[in-house]
Amino acid sequence: MNKKRIAKKLLYAAITIFFVLVFNYFLFRILPGDILSMLSRSGKTTPEMVANIREMYGLDLPWYQQFFVYLENLFTGDLGTSFIYKKPVAEVIGSRILPTVILLGVAEVLAIVVGIIFGIVSAWKRGKAIDTGLLSTSLLLYSMPTFWLGMMLILIFCVNLRLFPINGMVTPGRVFADTWAYINDVVRHMVLPMACMALVMIGEYAITMRSTMIDVLSEDYITTAKAKGFSNGYVLRRHAMPNAMLPMITLIAINLGLIVGGAIQIETVFSWPGLGNLMYGALVNRDYPLLQGVFLLTTVTVILANFLSDILYEVVDPRVKSMGG
Amino acid sequence: MKDAREALVRVDGLKVHFEIREGFLSGLLSKEKKVVRAVDGVTFTIDRGEILSLVGESGSGKTTVGKAILQLVQPTEGAVVFEGAPVSQDREGLKAFRQNAQMVFQDPYQALNPRHYIIDIVAEPLDVAGLVKTSEEREQRVREALEQAGLTPADDYFYRYPYELSGGQRQRVVIAGALILGPRFIVADEPVSMLDASIRTGILKLMIHLRDTKGIAYLFITHDLSLAWLISDRIAIMYLGRVMEIGTADEIIKAGLHPYTQALMAIMPVPGQTREGERPVLEGETPNAAVEITGCKFSSRCPRATERCRQEQPELMEVAPGHSVACFPVQEEHRSSTEHIAGNE
Repeated sequence: MNKKRIAKKLLYAAITIFFVLVFNYFLFRILPGDILSMLSRSGKTTPEMVANIREMYGLDLPWYQQFFVYLENLFTGDLGTSFIYKKPVAEVIGSRILPTVILLGVAEVLAIVVGIIFGIVSAWKRGKAIDTGLLSTSLLLYSMPTFWLGMMLILIFCVNLRLFPINGMVTPGRVFADTWAYINDVVRHMVLPMACMALVMIGEYAITMRSTMIDVLSEDYITTAKAKGFSNGYVLRRHAMPNAMLPMITLIAINLGLIVGGAIQIETVFSWPGLGNLMYGALVNRDYPLLQGVFLLTTVTVILANFLSDILYEVVDPRVKSMGG
Repeated sequence: MKDAREALVRVDGLKVHFEIREGFLSGLLSKEKKVVRAVDGVTFTIDRGEILSLVGESGSGKTTVGKAILQLVQPTEGAVVFEGAPVSQDREGLKAFRQNAQMVFQDPYQALNPRHYIIDIVAEPLDVAGLVKTSEEREQRVREALEQAGLTPADDYFYRYPYELSGGQRQRVVIAGALILGPRFIVADEPVSMLDASIRTGILKLMIHLRDTKGIAYLFITHDLSLAWLISDRIAIMYLGRVMEIGTADEIIKAGLHPYTQALMAIMPVPGQTREGERPVLEGETPNAAVEITGCKFSSRCPRATERCRQEQPELMEVAPGHSVACFPVQEEHRSSTEHIAGNE
């Protein structure tokens, strides 16, 4: 890819991010209720206190001034201060990134590997019993509500079988002998939410992989390869799979954005201290600066992941290079 | 033992039936399967260095015949005999057969893996079978194949991708890839129908040249009767999975006897001539191959169909040396005329 096209793509990415930014800003303010109504719920607030808080957060300014202050701060790298945590938004978000990336990263890798294998086997054995089995499993998983699956997993493995801890990332109040004991505890907490997330994504990957594989397998170069007497495994590895991976790259890129954005449902159900959980809390409390921060992070990740997948496409498929644009 | 008179390829009572995939649920629930009779009893032979054209409209099963000969689809019934030995489904037998029999497809845009260099595409059978030791040897073999296929200077094509070539050049790459193992038989499925008229001639000439110099036999699959006439030694006319008539190219074109052949002839344009009067044009559509037809497959559209045609399926019968027709009225005419001649003697 030449520099000019990279620059062009980056410019488009920046424009997209800006529009999402503006959209998000006003979207949250259209929501009914604000931080003041949340704070004054207790009934112990006096009108003077409300006025003070209003002034403290700059909420007494007209909406357009608030917006420009937000933009100005943003360009200096200041995401604002969280209403709830009373700390800079960047700091609050920063402490939540790692748990989310670990949880969803592992789930994603697992889902990609298993999903691709499911899809390939299904496509290769199209119409056979194994395809019917895998396809129905994938459809079932894909259409499964994440939160419900999470609750069922908790019910079975935590409540009935007592195999795993119910929620959180570490056992509260426990003192660890060494790092290994700590890792062990985290892994035990992570198994269920990770499995839940992976199961739901496996369906999506398997279905996509199956359908692109079926397309590719019907191409003449596959038949030609078979006519030349190459073994099935060779035809799959060398001809079918590399060509079927292109749509998967896009799908993976989109889902990579979700990793950082966090999975609200999973993290809420399992009380995983990640970004999704944070976003849920921020939304409930109308913590605009925090919400904006999390949304901004998600936006930038999704757009960057797409940008990367564009570049990766060219590496993987020689035809894209020649098409320009 | 190889019999000198044994044909290179003999197809004997070949049948290919496909089960129809129905909806997900009905597929699970119903035990009864619908069957498409893509090829329903086809018999013919191809000699060494001979070009046999298989002519038929789309849906007549001609491509399936080609694929079934190369064992790319599993024949339901019947045998394919190559050089006197039945082609087996076991690995070793297939491997040997596939060095000798290759396929060239209609669409050169689809037949080449878009992500591989030309040299890798052509050399792939060598690589997989481990037939070349050094890269010089590999390049030499690919160079020879590309040059035989008319791509010179061959080295210029080595490190190019298929998308960088024109349709004609791609088809030559496909042919080079088929030639690399030195086959004696090639199934060419509409090899020029996707190409511009100006490029077609080149590809056809190349195929005939390979026949003349290397003795390669072809099964040439086409829907174009005039093209079949131009390049083939013999022509077989196919309709709904059956061969209706088979004979030398000249005989089929000039003295085609089957009503279906005649209908195809009637719509074949003749240069420099304007046809006078009504042409017999076939009415209706080719029936659905999933519906079982008793009697002659063509009887529903045939102007000469009799009650017997609708009840019984006619078999090919030789009406002249090397010319066979599967049609009751034609066969009866032939019988009465030979009896007449015999009576006169």
